Amino acid sequence: MTRSASWMTSRLRAADVWTLAVLGLVSRPARTALSALGVALGIATMVAVLGISSSSRAQLVAQIDALGTNLLTVAPGRSFGGQDVTLPPAAPAMVARIGPVLGASAVGDVNASVYRNNRIPTANTSAITVYSAGTGLLRTLQGQLARGTFLDAATARYPAVVLGRDAAAALGIDRAGSLVWLGNRWFSVIGIMRQLPLAPELDRTALIGYPVAERLLHATAAPVEIYVRTDPGSVAAVAAVLPATADPAAPQNVSVADPIDALTARADATAAFGGLFLALGAVALLVGGIGIANVMVIAVLERRGEIGLRRALGARRRHVAVQFAAEATVLAGAGGAAGAILGGFATTSYATARHWDTVVPVPVLLGAVGIALLTGAVAGLYPAWRAARLLPAEALRLG
Amino acid sequence: MNALELIGVTKEHPGSPPVTALSSVSVTIRTGEFAAVVGPSGSGKSTLLAIAGTLERPTAGRVLVAGLAVDGQPDHTLSAVRARRIGFVFQQFFLIPSLSALDNVATGLLYRGVPARQRRRAAAAALAEVGLADRAGHRPAELSGGECQRVAIARALAGQPALILADEPTGSLDSATSAGVVALLAELNRRGATILVVTHNPEVAEVCGRVIKLRDGRVEHDSEAR
Repeated sequence: MTRSASWMTSRLRAADVWTLAVLGLVSRPARTALSALGVALGIATMVAVLGISSSSRAQLVAQIDALGTNLLTVAPGRSFGGQDVTLPPAAPAMVARIGPVLGASAVGDVNASVYRNNRIPTANTSAITVYSAGTGLLRTLQGQLARGTFLDAATARYPAVVLGRDAAAALGIDRAGSLVWLGNRWFSVIGIMRQLPLAPELDRTALIGYPVAERLLHATAAPVEIYVRTDPGSVAAVAAVLPATADPAAPQNVSVADPIDALTARADATAAFGGLFLALGAVALLVGGIGIANVMVIAVLERRGEIGLRRALGARRRHVAVQFAAEATVLAGAGGAAGAILGGFATTSYATARHWDTVVPVPVLLGAVGIALLTGAVAGLYPAWRAARLLPAEALRLG
Repeated sequence: MNALELIGVTKEHPGSPPVTALSSVSVTIRTGEFAAVVGPSGSGKSTLLAIAGTLERPTAGRVLVAGLAVDGQPDHTLSAVRARRIGFVFQQFFLIPSLSALDNVATGLLYRGVPARQRRRAAAAALAEVGLADRAGHRPAELSGGECQRVAIARALAGQPALILADEPTGSLDSATSAGVVALLAELNRRGATILVVTHNPEVAEVCGRVIKLRDGRVEHDSEAR
């Protein structure tokens, strides 16, 4: 009985299945390439989206590390009744006295606008805010100057102004030494800052010294925002005592924030945007899979003769089904591999253009090829079933 | 031992009215025979060959291939019978264009689960037997019609089946070429192969030891039974 069992079976070796699949594909190279293209594009999109967001996140982490994670901001919140409140003028000095605080610097409101010159209509403010700033602000923010110098004890007393990056661009000023029309008098631009990653709200401001703001523009000393650089190990402890220190009379009116949180939130928002492209890639993959199913159904019709022959040579229904399913899987797998390479290349180009380090996680590459193989296997199911269902005599007659 | 026994085989194709392709046909092919099935178009020749080759199931009657009753067997058993006991030769050759002659012949053993190297070795021997050893590396497009049919015969031969079934093997060939193919079949029979051939070609019928004439699905004349 055992002898007859081994004698009376038809078998197809696993190695032969893959040989058959590859053979079926390489004998029709143009069709193979075109039908793998859809899957390749879908996978390339997904790999590029994930690679670029990984690279961008890595860049952000590096940036945060460089800036330090020990910055806190203190701002007036809202009172219980919902009215705007102000911080006490002495708040920056009191905050600076907290033990682990390495430096604190504030900006305050100035009721003035800045213009390129005195002929610009007053309504054209270019949305630039004028603030008074402490002389230590740039150091606290670890910001950098593109041009000139920052305010110091001397220049803070005179009509001198430092512009944020966007403010300088809006005013059309690209060098120190220019004059701008600020609060109905000429101020001299002594510096232009680079972008401030930790305080993007200051990029579109014009900063003047507090003494000059008070003397010439009647500004009050109430801070709008205090930037606090703490000992890296004591960020949470400092954050806990900041409200009571800044406004002992009404600590509930003080809002404390960690700008790193804002940066991370922005990165997450970018990732959510990436999710859209990821979905787009998935749609491309789906369309690619349907394309493969389509091409394989046509192949089954065209190759009825071959199917009939294989059945005559002893192939079972299952062997025929496996052959076509394997062809679809290999086709999609090849498309997936090409897509992964393409996506990796796109990531590298994008990251290089932005001077980032390229980060393409290996699990993403492997996962992409895996998803492509799965797509092919699913796409091959229907054609494989169609091929297996053909009656041998009929397939030979029609083929 | 008998290579093939058909006992009271009837085949009806459903429809209204149903078409009877074979009615109560009984034929026995002994091992070592070279028999031809002849008859006008529609007489049921091809149906007889398909049933003998387990490619179709009879409506009624018994079919034994190399002593094994195949009627009523499941599809996978029929596949095994085809893989191990029957070799097919077709009018259209059915060679795979992307494969060399050698690999086409080796495909004849693919569904026996034999390793590729062993398949190639058997294929080379079969190609030599049909006189195409020097054409092993050529693809079907590089071969003449007669050579293609010899490759197809080698494929049927490679597994040394109990029975070779040939459906109009000279149907696509000119007369000079078909004479060569007929001579090859006769030579293979002399070396021991059992061959049942369906043909329109009187030359083929001439060299066969036995001619079975079909008409309207019945055996009209069997030179053996005479």
